[in-house]
Amino acid sequence: MKSLAELAAIRARMIEQVNLRKDDNIDTRIVVGMATCGIAAGARPVMLEFIEELKRRGIDNVTVAQTGCVGMCRLEPIVEVYVKDQEKVTYVHMTPEKVARVVNDHIVNGRPVEEYTIGAQG
Amino acid sequence: MDLIRSHVMVCGGTGCSSSNSGEIIKEFEKQLAEKGLDKEVKVVRTGCFGLCQAGPVVIVYPEGAFYSHMTVENVSRIVDEHLIKGRVVKELLYKEAVEEDNTVKSLDNVDFYKKQKRIALRNCGVIDPENIEEYIAFDGYKALGKVLTEMTPEEVIDVMLKSGLRGRGGAGFPTGMKWKFAAASKSDKKYVCCNADEGDPGAFMDRSVLEGDPHVVIEAMAIAAYAIGADQGYVYCRAEYPIAVKRLQIAIKQAREYGLLGKNIFGTDFNFDMDVRLGAGAFVCGEETALMTSIEGKRGEPRPRPPFPAVKGLFGQPTILNNVETYANVPQIINNGWEWFASMGTEKSKGTKVFALGGKICNTGLVEVPMGTTLREIIYDIGGGCPNGKKFKAAQTGGPSGGCIPASHLDIKIDYDNLTAIGSMMGSGGMIVMDEDNCMVDIARFFLDFTVDESCGKCAPCRIGTRRMLEILERIVEGKGEDGDIEKLENLANTIKATALCGLGQTAPNPVLSTLKYFRDEYEAHIYEKRCPAGHCKKLLTYKIDPAKCKGCTLCARNCPAGCISGKVREAHYIDTTKCLKCGACMEKCKFGAISRS
Repeated sequence: MKSLAELAAIRARMIEQVNLRKDDNIDTRIVVGMATCGIAAGARPVMLEFIEELKRRGIDNVTVAQTGCVGMCRLEPIVEVYVKDQEKVTYVHMTPEKVARVVNDHIVNGRPVEEYTIGAQG
Repeated sequence: MDLIRSHVMVCGGTGCSSSNSGEIIKEFEKQLAEKGLDKEVKVVRTGCFGLCQAGPVVIVYPEGAFYSHMTVENVSRIVDEHLIKGRVVKELLYKEAVEEDNTVKSLDNVDFYKKQKRIALRNCGVIDPENIEEYIAFDGYKALGKVLTEMTPEEVIDVMLKSGLRGRGGAGFPTGMKWKFAAASKSDKKYVCCNADEGDPGAFMDRSVLEGDPHVVIEAMAIAAYAIGADQGYVYCRAEYPIAVKRLQIAIKQAREYGLLGKNIFGTDFNFDMDVRLGAGAFVCGEETALMTSIEGKRGEPRPRPPFPAVKGLFGQPTILNNVETYANVPQIINNGWEWFASMGTEKSKGTKVFALGGKICNTGLVEVPMGTTLREIIYDIGGGCPNGKKFKAAQTGGPSGGCIPASHLDIKIDYDNLTAIGSMMGSGGMIVMDEDNCMVDIARFFLDFTVDESCGKCAPCRIGTRRMLEILERIVEGKGEDGDIEKLENLANTIKATALCGLGQTAPNPVLSTLKYFRDEYEAHIYEKRCPAGHCKKLLTYKIDPAKCKGCTLCARNCPAGCISGKVREAHYIDTTKCLKCGACMEKCKFGAISRS
């Protein structure tokens, strides 16, 4: 170790790998419905795309979690986004192609994508 | 790049490892690979989470789900339900984490963790101890970098002095003072040592730090070396801690590879390297002068002080020796400032203390609380009280050098000075809880038996004196105590305290003195009435069957290992007390309460 910068670089690289274990800096949770109905409708590629998109953009204060059946199986894959201190937004009929826009508009810029939500499509 | 979305943290501390957590890790890895999840779920072997009673323990992030008493068979349920479908398997969670309304509460709100403040144990159970980069991610080696590039050795010592950190090995000597003395000694060669020879029966906090967060010790020792002007360190660890030794050795190797040990650390002209020395488990080698003699390769025996190690220590050079837990506090004091550390605790005892809870307590395990927490909070709120509804009698702190805290002192605020004032001591942090079934005379005998065994034999008071005390105690528990025994014990104890060479001998009589102070009536009952009030000392017990209550079911006779119960079916039975082993099996089995003990 020759410099503080070198140490800081390792820390920056590692921090996203361990961030999952720190509760305090998680502001947003993306929850993907992964019951039988969700998986059958293609929830897995959606979830993986979310993880990849977040990684691509270097966002580390968001976790991707799974949940069971919310009861509206015909609308799967369903994705719920919980932003701290805001009302939950529910997206339905999600596809991997829609993910980039949700991350860009909603997660990064704070504007939910109305047309994908349950209000517009349900 | 792997897309990790979930971490499965499996405890790899000694406690959980001995209940098979290694197999659980293998099973997780196998099943995750089979189901194609091994690229998105990572399995990490960590150090101790503290709640050893509930082991093996597994925590799944990001949910923070705390699974207790894991078995290899249950791994598939967690993989199928939790990791694939995202449904936390509630019935496998730690019981207390599931609320009555079936929601899950976070770990910080569970009774066991609620009152704890984890500083020395900060990374235990959170990082992979065999991966230096995870330690760095949690601000590891940041303090060393700060010290080497921004601070002078005097400033480092000044921060340690102001923080109020005192030695966590037991005696509570101010750490900053120790460093200051060693820094003031002039010499070309100085040493930094770490005492990881945790010998007290029932204490395991140093082991857990080494197992869960070995890099913190390396970083702190490097900081200490910079402060006093040393370039070589030794960790003296007992060979009975194989996992701790292995992880420490891995950590040292990694630190060397990353240039955090070796020459010109952080591009400065500071050089430091260190090695592990294994002890064979002699209790006396936890004493500082004996420890250093042992590192030198000689027979581990203490020598008189002064000269203190800060002047003349290892290989005759100025040396500092601190305990593992003391070191574990150092990097955070540098990072967060002495004000932060000094804001916790009591007037003269700052920060937190780790205790190893053991004995008659529901939640056996490792707890870290701010100084000044009451004994009642530790025993009841965190420890969950004594199992089976038994009554709390006393807590033993400080191991064979310490004493008992009786129930009347439950509300004492625990710090160095308060414990010394009531005749016990902080010690390294072993806390053995005793309930109404424990005989205090026998406890004193147990600890003295330990010190007699571990006495190195160099000085007469310890070698001969403790042996005589043990003989008297053995007589008392066998019902052969005589009038005047208590006075003899006190006389011997005070002489040994005043004249023994090292800390081991000087403190050896403490368990006797403190039990005499608080439980003198138990000694008197043994000596004058030949009875053991706790019903523990076998030689003083007799078992009897009440013929009026006995139904002649023969259950007792069938369970007696000595075959000393006789009687016909449906007739009253009889115990032959000359053959009776006093094991109590008959009393436990009797469904009619016909057997009594006196």
